[in-house]
Amino acid sequence: MSRRVHYKVWWLGGALLVPQLLLVFTFFYWPAGAALFWAFTLEQPWGGGNEFVGFDNFRAVFADTAYWHTVARSFIFAGLATALAMGGALLMALFCDRQLRGHKLVRTGLIWPYAVAAPAAGVAFRFLFAPEAGVFAVLNQLHPDFWNPAQIGWHAMAMIIVAYSWKYIAYNFIFFIAGLQAIPRSLVEASAMDGAGPLRRMRDLQIPLLAPTFFFLLVINLTDSFVDSFGIIDITTGGGPAKATTLMVYKIFFDGFRGLDYSGAAAQSIILMLMIMVLTFVQFRYIERKVHYK
Amino acid sequence: MKTRMMAAAAALLLTGSMTAQAAEKNKFEMWHGLTGDLGEAVGEVCGRFNASQTEFEISCTSQGSYDAAVNNSIAAYRAKKNPTIVQVFDAGTLDLMLSGAFVPAHKLMEDNGYKIDWTNYVSSISDYYATSKGELYSFPFNSSSALLYWNKDAFAKVGETEAPKTWEAVETVSKKLQAAGYACPLAINYDTWTIMEQFSAIHGIPVATKSNGYAGLDGELVINKTKFVDYVKYLKAGYDAGIFKIKVPETGATNTQAFASGDCQMMMSSVADHGTVGRTQKADMKWGVSFLPVYEGTKRLNSLVGGASMWVLQGRSKEEYKGAAAFLNFLAQPESELFWSTRTGYIPVTKSGFKFLKDQGFYDKAQFKGREVALESLNASPVNPDLSRGIRLGGFIAIRKEVRDGLQDIFAGNVGVQAGLDAVVERSNVILRRFEKTYANKQLP
Repeated sequence: MSRRVHYKVWWLGGALLVPQLLLVFTFFYWPAGAALFWAFTLEQPWGGGNEFVGFDNFRAVFADTAYWHTVARSFIFAGLATALAMGGALLMALFCDRQLRGHKLVRTGLIWPYAVAAPAAGVAFRFLFAPEAGVFAVLNQLHPDFWNPAQIGWHAMAMIIVAYSWKYIAYNFIFFIAGLQAIPRSLVEASAMDGAGPLRRMRDLQIPLLAPTFFFLLVINLTDSFVDSFGIIDITTGGGPAKATTLMVYKIFFDGFRGLDYSGAAAQSIILMLMIMVLTFVQFRYIERKVHYK
Repeated sequence: MKTRMMAAAAALLLTGSMTAQAAEKNKFEMWHGLTGDLGEAVGEVCGRFNASQTEFEISCTSQGSYDAAVNNSIAAYRAKKNPTIVQVFDAGTLDLMLSGAFVPAHKLMEDNGYKIDWTNYVSSISDYYATSKGELYSFPFNSSSALLYWNKDAFAKVGETEAPKTWEAVETVSKKLQAAGYACPLAINYDTWTIMEQFSAIHGIPVATKSNGYAGLDGELVINKTKFVDYVKYLKAGYDAGIFKIKVPETGATNTQAFASGDCQMMMSSVADHGTVGRTQKADMKWGVSFLPVYEGTKRLNSLVGGASMWVLQGRSKEEYKGAAAFLNFLAQPESELFWSTRTGYIPVTKSGFKFLKDQGFYDKAQFKGREVALESLNASPVNPDLSRGIRLGGFIAIRKEVRDGLQDIFAGNVGVQAGLDAVVERSNVILRRFEKTYANKQLP
């Protein structure tokens, strides 16, 4: 049976869409169009001249070995940050859903980090993880450079992954807990009466039923971890040490807004945009097939 | 009839008083990049200007950072809603200079009937911002130079009473301090302004060809072929020997904090930190400032200015430019310079301002003592037009970052000094060529 609703007047549907389309146009298509234009020119920041250069900006980006390193780093970051943010959130949501003592307090507390602005979180994490003054300073007294994100690249990377995920755990937690609460209690209780312990219930019942939420969060988390990390990076590591935490999006931010190379930054953002589109397509094509919505 | 006339008269009076009110204050805007205490100090300067006369009213707004001040001004300029004046930091000078988006300082002052003695500016400050022909496009504002800070108490413990003048002496005293149990004789960081730019200027060695970029956009970085290589090797050896320690925010304390708390016994930093150290220092700690060290046998040249200058942007009304000229003239008055230097750690930018401060006994007061060293350092020699004017390189913010990244790689031991600097130069030259191509239709003034 078709449940589709039809408008009597042909133009009404279009008219109702206009405000939304206007917003999308102003805040997405217009800037994206400007970026596309800049990507093919050499733009002087204060205006006063831009010259059409074809694919030169893209060639320059691709010829830079340091750029390819930022691509590799971005994938590592996205993979680990998504895994940590989703895994951590799922674990906490599952336990919170068991309604143990104090779960309401924990629930509220876990949502808060998402409200903390990235720079504030960055300052806090930089301080916590500082090798000479932070919590880990003690470890360095046992063994020098046991923990030194100021100098060792992968330490710094680990630090920004944790700082970034910390915020997204809160975001994912909200969705997971809502998804869990949408599972009929009778199902959970029935399986409990059949003798399934809490872990068994999680594995065979709750997690499979969470699949749609899981897929939604996977797409959102992966996309955001490619585009939303520059605030944390700028404050915590500044892309260092020695570019070890310079991800694609941070390089765009730095080249454009610090270095005033508008055209280079525009070309990079076009590349990033295309990459995320492909990535999202792949997810819908290959992963969504395994998700059952009903 | 009578009432009508009275009404007309009243209306006339009313409009008259309204126009009088509108003409009373001629308003214009200034955007700057300073925040916190320094941002407030700028606000006080603007307040003093507003109180000093009745014709103009300036409103000064902080944009949150130097970068934001430039970026927001660019966006506003493109939308034709720019402020009349914008403060632009040293490394942002070249982009503006090539933009044609400004009113040159000379022209602004002449158009508005001010006769300015441009030679009154401290030459190493004005030369930094001026064109290759020596014309000032912008007005030097907050200015500083780099100094060596040293802890007199710690030095006394190892029998030293003076700051080291040479890098050889720095090594000797650092080893003595280390032997006496001090964990951090000299704090270093990756600030290219002190490590690369100041070092090269005072040693009379180039950072780039083409007179450090002043003579054309086709210059190339040469820091991998100068004494700078030996200097980085020297710092790395000191770091490996534990006499030099890296102090950056990521390690938990900046070099200024580490010095003020007494953890580190020497550091190199801007004179603008003089006030910060004084305010935050460990109680009763005795310390002083002196010239940056040079290698033995070096004929010292003047050090470079750092900070920002005021640019007047195109596209505003005649009245606003009149106000801008009055404001910029006000800034260069000795009384204004005294206020600014008292309120912040910055130094006066005019010779008359410096003399005025000296005559007032400013530099004899305990909390300001030593700040004159910065001006002495800027005046250590006549400006050498090829080596100690400043750095005028395209994309210099990005180049500074490449140097910083390279130094981090070197100090982490991932790459040798020469190889690391070679890579930095190669990458920086790509940035320079890209900048040159972007401005292919412009001539460097």
